[in-house]
Amino acid sequence: MLDMSDTTVLADGELVNLQKEFEASNIDEVIDKLDRELIGLKPVKTRIREIAALLLVDRLRRKFGISSGTPTLHMNFTGNPGTGKTTVALRMAEILHRLGYVREGHLVSVTRDDLVGQYVGHTAPKTREVIKRAMGGVLFIDEAYYLYKPENERDYGQEAIEILLQYMENNRDDLVVILAGYKNKMDKFFDSNPGMRSRIAHHLDFPDYNPSELKSIAEIMLADQNYRLSEDAAVALEEYIPLRMRLPHFSNARSIRNALDRARLRQANRLFAERSQTLTRSDLITIEAADIRGSRVFVEGQPDGDPGAATNAR
Amino acid sequence: MMTNPGNRVTQGQFSFLPDLTDTQISAQIKYALKNQWAVSVEYTDDPHPRNTYWEMFGNPMFDLKDPAGILLEVNACRKTYPNMYVRVTAFDSTKGWEAPRMSFIVNRPPNEPGFRLLRQERDGRSQGYSIVPYATDKPEGERS
Repeated sequence: MLDMSDTTVLADGELVNLQKEFEASNIDEVIDKLDRELIGLKPVKTRIREIAALLLVDRLRRKFGISSGTPTLHMNFTGNPGTGKTTVALRMAEILHRLGYVREGHLVSVTRDDLVGQYVGHTAPKTREVIKRAMGGVLFIDEAYYLYKPENERDYGQEAIEILLQYMENNRDDLVVILAGYKNKMDKFFDSNPGMRSRIAHHLDFPDYNPSELKSIAEIMLADQNYRLSEDAAVALEEYIPLRMRLPHFSNARSIRNALDRARLRQANRLFAERSQTLTRSDLITIEAADIRGSRVFVEGQPDGDPGAATNAR
Repeated sequence: MMTNPGNRVTQGQFSFLPDLTDTQISAQIKYALKNQWAVSVEYTDDPHPRNTYWEMFGNPMFDLKDPAGILLEVNACRKTYPNMYVRVTAFDSTKGWEAPRMSFIVNRPPNEPGFRLLRQERDGRSQGYSIVPYATDKPEGERS
């Protein structure tokens, strides 16, 4: 809900400063953070900027007493796995909070399990409970298409959707709903729930990352964990990424995170194997080329952790 | 009773004031949430002052951050029991307190008949007094 404490209406002739308003809201900080920490995602960032600008201009209009009704802020994030939908949703909550469109700015992340009950009359209280919890913040429904299962007539998902729609429409000041899921499945979901599509103003599509973006992501992830790549390791990672991308079950940033986790395992193992030697600080934080080249992606062309890999290798 | 025109039940906070509006209720709830008290909604049809344990409407809302969710529950309770007393209670669970810190009535029956004074002869010439709400003349479940 908007902060209504400032109700003085400015006269037509008075001037307002968009830049000052922008600085006062502190959203440039969040948007900068978004730019720095999230690699790629051009269309998403552009859209978020647009939304932020709209909200800011709306706030100025309100100062002059020009009303335009609360803008619909419900969103739909589609994209392949690991493209950063949850991360962006978190940031979105923060931006909306700084602009005063949600009071608390917390993110309540739920899946089908939290909304849909097991038996008759179980769904409505469950859904309402979640909505109550999300009021004043952002309700993030991950894999929203699981809510509705057209093949099962006795599924209670439809009930949850109906309640959700009602609150999305009537409590627009209290609640922003963000749905997220894979593109084709979300499209099917919206086809079977026409009311849902029209109630969501912003459809954001998260593009896949290209190899150089994935490498930057890897560097940021490593820096967060206080690791660094040696020069050879950086080259090895560059070779690793396109190889991994071609393999099945590739899920963008998540695959990279997993690969780095395993590289850390191998680094620890390598250090342990040479335990007779004394180690320096730089030994402990450096990931060598061997740690990355040890991956099965190089040796067998199989993603690590793929249960099929062992049987195929036989 | 000149001090309490209209014979309204005065229990909890704000009970001498006119009924709170929804905005005022949210402001009070906001204060409770700011202090991390768990807010719950209770109702009863027995306004006797010694009747402290009212029926609970739904679950206590431990994990809510925003008054809008609780106001939703208050309104649901008002709708279900328009002829009963509904109050909002904020419970402080910090050690040493562990007690309701706030409690105020948010809904009353349209007609509050008030209380009857009962006089009771006791041993010797002593006289005992108690009050009975007229509202409880009928058995439970048939009162509203």
